[in-house]
Amino acid sequence: MRNFEYESPESLEGAIQFLSASQAKPLAGGTDLIDHLRTGRVVANVVVDIKKIPELNVLEINDSGLRLGAAVSCMKICQHEGIREQYPSLTDACTIIGGIQIQSRASVGGNLCNSGAAADSTPALIALGGVCVIAGPDGTREVPVEEFCTGPSENILKQGELLTEIRFPLPQGKSSSHYRRFIPRFEMDIAVVGVGASVSLDDAGEQITAARVALGAVAAKPFLAEKVDEFLVGQAPTEEVFTQAGEIARGLISPIDDHRGTAEFRTHVTGVLVRRVLTEAAQRAAAK
Amino acid sequence: MATQRIVSTTINGTEKSLLCEPRQTLLEVLRDNLNMTGTKEGCSNGNCGACTVLLNGDPVTSCLVLAVECEGTEIETIEGIATKDGLTPVQNAFLENAALQCGICTPGFIMSTKALLKQNPNPTEEEIRFYLAGNLCRCTGYDKIVGAVQDAAQRQCGAGCTSDA
Ligand SMILES: Cc1cc2nc3c(=O)[nH]c(=O)nc-3n(C[C@H](O)[C@H](O)[C@H](O)COP(=O)(O)OP(=O)(O)OC[C@H]3O[C@@H](n4cnc5c(N)ncnc54)[C@H](O)[C@@H]3O)c2cc1C
Ligand code: FES
Ligand code: FES
Repeated sequence: MRNFEYESPESLEGAIQFLSASQAKPLAGGTDLIDHLRTGRVVANVVVDIKKIPELNVLEINDSGLRLGAAVSCMKICQHEGIREQYPSLTDACTIIGGIQIQSRASVGGNLCNSGAAADSTPALIALGGVCVIAGPDGTREVPVEEFCTGPSENILKQGELLTEIRFPLPQGKSSSHYRRFIPRFEMDIAVVGVGASVSLDDAGEQITAARVALGAVAAKPFLAEKVDEFLVGQAPTEEVFTQAGEIARGLISPIDDHRGTAEFRTHVTGVLVRRVLTEAAQRAAAK
Repeated sequence: MATQRIVSTTINGTEKSLLCEPRQTLLEVLRDNLNMTGTKEGCSNGNCGACTVLLNGDPVTSCLVLAVECEGTEIETIEGIATKDGLTPVQNAFLENAALQCGICTPGFIMSTKALLKQNPNPTEEEIRFYLAGNLCRCTGYDKIVGAVQDAAQRQCGAGCTSDA
């Protein structure tokens, strides 16, 4: 591995200063970055460990919703009862990222900033209406998660900026969410298709009042399937409606062919997964 | 050359100061600087689990940890598992159930198993397979490993676990 300097600031200001240098790279769990440094895919002069910064370690649910620090590990997320209860698609995603050794280290912030098209947590974050809080030399800005990635391994962060946390609104009434992916193996693989969805029902549980469906691994970046969301509002949460939602989703994707699956296969799986994920999210919502 | 760093850690209960470069992984420092070669290198990219150690009690792949990140941490490696009285129940269960052939994967499996049984003393077969998914074995076909973990669980928690599991 090429040599670099290592810094581990304990304040956000300190981190921003280090990150303003050329070829400075933030290090969260390192499960992407350390491999990229080793193989030379990423070159860094300074690696800035962001795990000691308090703002990046927040994990709390309060009256305005969930605050998830960018450096919080998947393991901590999986162990959080409040998240399992109110934001279950996040738990769903974090329990399938890598094996247990990866989950001990990997963060959702790193998953998002690595900006892979098949990143498992990103569709879950989009479905939950997550907003990125980004700090940099010019202050702080907020950006919805669906606007964060701009292409494979690309995002809106500028030199010196870092993602500090992701905020989520509090789910209201009969609302819940789910994330699921299709992979050729049981564990430890990259999504062929990943679907996150959140569904809100009216008090009787008979009509969908709001929905957000996000698709991963079927385009250059994970995205919000707005046409599906618009179709779902006002409908009954039935298998027929969710099958139609899957049909609409199939028309929104631009999948690639690779050794995990052909574009045709990915299109088929998108329809099936959208139906299944919506069914599960709606069942969870109805149980509230 | 980047500055060398002194990193203070506790390894297998003993305080240790490591002299290392920022680019060195914990795996490299354990094996090459400290001659602790019990921790194995399979893939160097986080996929095989052969390099698993416990960092503050949590299983991690040491090829994806920089040694400089370990300041103030507690590290446990395969060398710290056996006691002066001999092998632990997990180690004996692996031996007696023939849960290893070439043995390259075994230190990693033992470390992951230790973490699993601490968190869940009496796991189901499915829970064992899910937890150990980050440890690969090219020889055994896994069934004997899963059997050894079930046996180790029995040995560790004895009659308390057997009845209602
Ligand atoms: C064996 C293995 C299995 C895996 N399985 C999966 C899987 O099933 N699903 C999946 O989606 N991914 C998987 N991954 C990829 C990886 O584990 C995830 O992307 C993980 O969430 C990355 O988080 P991290 O904290 O380790 O990020 P790091 O590696 O520390 O960082 C990733 C990138 O983001 C940047 N970065 C990190 N945090 C910030 C921040 N706060 N602000 C700005 N930039 C930042 C870093 O500079 C780097 O470029 C796997 C990786 C391995 C090695
Ligand atoms: S050597 Fe670390 S996971 Fe394979
Ligand atoms: S015993 Fe040879 S790899 Fe597991």
